[in-house]
Amino acid sequence: MLKAILPELGQGIDKATVSFWFLKEGDKVKEKDDLVELTTDKAAFNLPSPGTGTITEIFFREGETVNVGQVLAHIDEN
Amino acid sequence: MMREIHELGLTDYQFSRDFQARIFEKVKSGSLRSALILCRHRPVITMGRQAKPENIKSSSADLDIKGIRTVFVERGGDVTYHGPGQLVIYPVCDLRFFGKDLHQYLRMLESLVMGTLTESGINPCRKPGLTGVWVDEAKISSIGIAVRNWISYHGIALNVKKDDLEGFSLIRPCGMDIRMTSMETILNRDVSFEQVSASIIRRFQKC
Repeated sequence: MLKAILPELGQGIDKATVSFWFLKEGDKVKEKDDLVELTTDKAAFNLPSPGTGTITEIFFREGETVNVGQVLAHIDEN
Repeated sequence: MMREIHELGLTDYQFSRDFQARIFEKVKSGSLRSALILCRHRPVITMGRQAKPENIKSSSADLDIKGIRTVFVERGGDVTYHGPGQLVIYPVCDLRFFGKDLHQYLRMLESLVMGTLTESGINPCRKPGLTGVWVDEAKISSIGIAVRNWISYHGIALNVKKDDLEGFSLIRPCGMDIRMTSMETILNRDVSFEQVSASIIRRFQKC
């Protein structure tokens, strides 16, 4: 099971807001495909998938705030 | 470091967006670490990811009469106006070579503009907690970026000409009630795009 985690985005940026998901639970995804777009104050940031597989669970919906280090989604590699 | 500079002149907004996309793919492929695209736009309103419709003050009918399109774009930030009196600067940079830090990168873009303004005799400043460049209480440059695969695109709008500020009255720039200014307004003389572009390019080469 792979975890898509919000990475360190920069000094003083400890959270971001989910704009939208490119995919939904049950969808297949390839490594480095766009998974979710998040926004900070003046930047829109696309988080790529950490691996290839199926998205089994999404933990944050559009408009919700995510802290750096939190898991956004699970991806099953099987 | 592998870099490209592209000066497009006065362009349609969509053309510059497509051009950015092509440069983005070159950077993504690894054949280029960064590029700088400089251009000017015919009047257009762009809505960033945090844009609220109420921050456009004019009716869509009024905008239609003026021939001003509204475009939803993938950059961060609220609503902004672009017109031919601005220099628009799109650095396309692989942020893995720029510290992989969005905060630091935004400050670097501000510094790029601030250096050019200082060189021309203007005293620019930052506002704590806000992105962009100001002169006293008026904003002279707006910044908003999009990042995919740690490659940044979109960028900076710098108000150069004094006769192109009325376009901002159509909107609440960046969702705030702020006064906008330009290089010519402050210096009370003509400022050439060539001179400003040359300074920005020279500074970008050193980043």
